[in-house]
Amino acid sequence: MAEAAATALAVAGMAAVTYATRAAGLFLVNRLRLAGRWEPFLQSIPGTVLVSILAPAVLAGGPAEWLAAAATVAASLRFRSLPLALAVGLAVVWVLRRIT
Amino acid sequence: MSRVSFDRAGLLRGARESWPIALGVFTYGLVFGVLARQAWLGAGGALSMSAFVFAGASQFVALDLWGPDLPFAGLFLTTLAVNLRHVLMGAALGPWFSRLTPLQAYGSLFFMNDESWALTLARCSREDGDVDGAYLLGSGLTVYAAWLASTALGHLAVAGLGDPARYGLDFAFTAVFLALLTGLRRGRQDILPWTLAALVAVLTARLMPGKWHILAGALAGSLAAAWLPRFGSGRG
Repeated sequence: MAEAAATALAVAGMAAVTYATRAAGLFLVNRLRLAGRWEPFLQSIPGTVLVSILAPAVLAGGPAEWLAAAATVAASLRFRSLPLALAVGLAVVWVLRRIT
Repeated sequence: MSRVSFDRAGLLRGARESWPIALGVFTYGLVFGVLARQAWLGAGGALSMSAFVFAGASQFVALDLWGPDLPFAGLFLTTLAVNLRHVLMGAALGPWFSRLTPLQAYGSLFFMNDESWALTLARCSREDGDVDGAYLLGSGLTVYAAWLASTALGHLAVAGLGDPARYGLDFAFTAVFLALLTGLRRGRQDILPWTLAALVAVLTARLMPGKWHILAGALAGSLAAAWLPRFGSGRG
């Protein structure tokens, strides 16, 4: 197969599959009218998704990343501002990586 | 119940509040552009992949498989596996997005990425006032622009930018997600689902490549939230 055609097919297939995953969640919730026991399930998804992204990522780091993570959480709880918490986290990890 | 609007103000708010995540996405896009060049994926191919697929993790995996004999079935299956977490994320937007028109909802969802989704949820979950239905679109378009620009820059520019870790920028995603998570805290009822999600995610990440750990951890934690007795409430 010509290289350009193969690239186009690969990109088109990946795009279709990816959009399907983006649309499927809302589609299913709308169709199935999930209620009752599913409500606590759906309501807890945001937290459990974020925890699942974070846990391996934080664990993979070292003391610098762990301290920076703690500082980020503390700053977020104290100031309730995402940009500020981000700035604190980046500053702490940058400084700690220099000295460790 | 609060009103869900879809207007310019919400769109602009989403765009405005997304610069921290766009910064993180930009550094990853640079890396993708550089790696795409090394994998012999041309500038047109790399840009169209970023434009039409717009899903970082699966694009990196695709580069891994890239070569003269593309394994199409394997490529599409891995793409599905890596992006299956979107199903859960889209479902979580249901309470608000089911009240938009199909074009507004399914159009915005094309631009749903991990970071914009988390910001949007934090925005929608606030209890005061109306909900900006266009927030996800505004945030998603900002991230989209950053992703496209950085793909092009990474592919075309010399690969002399160095490692983002040198500037601590690789920590940006972790910091953003941590800050968003502290805002999602609901109380003691979160302890069990979050602990279980963390354990299952860490174990899955050890055993399997890709992003399976997000799906596995979230499913384990959220199923526990739905079916196990709550701490302190005695509800069975």
